[in-house]
Amino acid sequence: MSKAIESSGICKTFGDRQALKNITFDVNEGEIFGFIGPDGAGKTTLFRIISTLMLPDRGSMTILGLDSTKGYRKLRENIGYMPGRFSLYLDLTVEENLNFYASVFGTTVEENYELIRDIYSHIEPFRKRLAGRLSGGMKQKLALSCALIHKPRLLVLDEPTTGVDTVSRTEFWEMLRKLKQNGITIVVSTPYVDEAMNCDRVALIQEGQLMLVDRPQNIRDGFSRGLFSARAGDKYRLLLALRNYPATLSVYPFGDSIHVTFSEETPGRELSEHLLRAGIADAVISETKAGIEDRFLELMEKNEKRNQ
Amino acid sequence: MNRKTVIKVRELVKKFGSFVANDKLSFDVYEGEIFGFLGANGAGKTTAIRILTGLLEPTSGEVMVAGFDACRQPEEIKKNIGYMCQKFSLYEDLTIRENIMLYGGIYGLDRKTIKERTERLLDKLRFREYGDRLISALPLGLKQKLAFSVAVFHEPRIVFLDEPTGGVDPLTRRQFWEMIYETASAGITVFVTTHYMDEAEYCDRISIMSDGRIVALDTPSELKRKYDARSVEDVFVKIARPGMKHSQETVAINGLG
Repeated sequence: MSKAIESSGICKTFGDRQALKNITFDVNEGEIFGFIGPDGAGKTTLFRIISTLMLPDRGSMTILGLDSTKGYRKLRENIGYMPGRFSLYLDLTVEENLNFYASVFGTTVEENYELIRDIYSHIEPFRKRLAGRLSGGMKQKLALSCALIHKPRLLVLDEPTTGVDTVSRTEFWEMLRKLKQNGITIVVSTPYVDEAMNCDRVALIQEGQLMLVDRPQNIRDGFSRGLFSARAGDKYRLLLALRNYPATLSVYPFGDSIHVTFSEETPGRELSEHLLRAGIADAVISETKAGIEDRFLELMEKNEKRNQ
Repeated sequence: MNRKTVIKVRELVKKFGSFVANDKLSFDVYEGEIFGFLGANGAGKTTAIRILTGLLEPTSGEVMVAGFDACRQPEEIKKNIGYMCQKFSLYEDLTIRENIMLYGGIYGLDRKTIKERTERLLDKLRFREYGDRLISALPLGLKQKLAFSVAVFHEPRIVFLDEPTGGVDPLTRRQFWEMIYETASAGITVFVTTHYMDEAEYCDRISIMSDGRIVALDTPSELKRKYDARSVEDVFVKIARPGMKHSQETVAINGLG
């Protein structure tokens, strides 16, 4: 499989802050590749480097077969970048923004209309409206249309779904899947761990380091221990009681249940007795399958132990 | 169940010109409950929260918060609630200790109480060594935990959290939810909005708004059962989707957040 991106040992420092530490990964052509991590993990810095807008201090990056620092002029014709902050002209209309971006890249909206049709058709009825007067979901669609209008081979989307409601987020991922069918490689970042399942492969990023790169399913399967889901009427009391249990390794609230791991094979009678002593008579504990977030937490624990 | 009601809303209507942002909302929130307030962008959540926090007057209807009337006693409401929003709300150029003292003072606590609670809080958050550091020097996760602690520093009846965990790592998010559990178990009601649908599952009950109306209100498990959905996200997509286009356009026309 040919590579859209090959990154090797990328480092970037701002003052005394190491934003990126030795970032190495590959992106295959035609895949949706996700970077998942919290604010401040280094996602935006990395995306600026991928978009040729920033130079790394060390390391090399080959994008679409070209060196990112030497071949940036040629590369920019083939990269569509959508920054995290809405960066279109608020005092131009929807249509003017799109025409402007097309003309900067020496093309026209008509020429590449097919590519953006599905996305742009949602906002086309409002083409005379100023971009500053659009709702969040519409701004997002306009920004994506502008990033696509020169028919890039690589689309770089920095947190496109942050702050967007779940309905618009679902629609947005549907659009990305359609773009993928057109052969466009998509690199996307998100702080929402549950969005990993929409990607072909994901990289988990934390404090400037990649913790893991793999297919979402493999990431889940890599959880190293037996995982249990515990429920009771009083979740907080259950959480504290589980944490006090000697054989407990980890306890995290997880939606309407609590995810817990133990050093013993299967928690048995001793655990029930322990919970009863803590005043919890209605606990239900069953084995469950780890999700991406469970694995993320496990990796963070390991990193913390290593750093101590 | 005989629970104390801390928020009582009946037939709440809020209009901006001819635009109806809140269309006859009616619901109760109970003491010590974690109540999730969900809705698509532009569904009318922000307007409702502004009314509940005494910042905006309703057009009509009855709104009682912490025992006070939102029309006639908004200042009393403000004294009895805490508020924390997604955009960080502490002063970056003050130290942790100074921020805590400032908020304690604003809420009218006396010096001695402020001092005692500050020390207790710094210990609890294991922040003692950071006490004299500027807020701007703190990592995001710590800032958010601190912002929450400051929002409940004056021991309000209700704390409103507007998208409290945006952008934090999974571990911090869980520590944050533990703080919420602890707060609720101490009898403070937690009213929370979030875009993370998996996070809605942490709540005792959730309401879902669409086009200015509450279209669903129940426990997460009951909603999932009722709508034959695997997750709250599925429930949300099923019931919040139909009106979305309409609300997005109206929001844009009226220029309301």
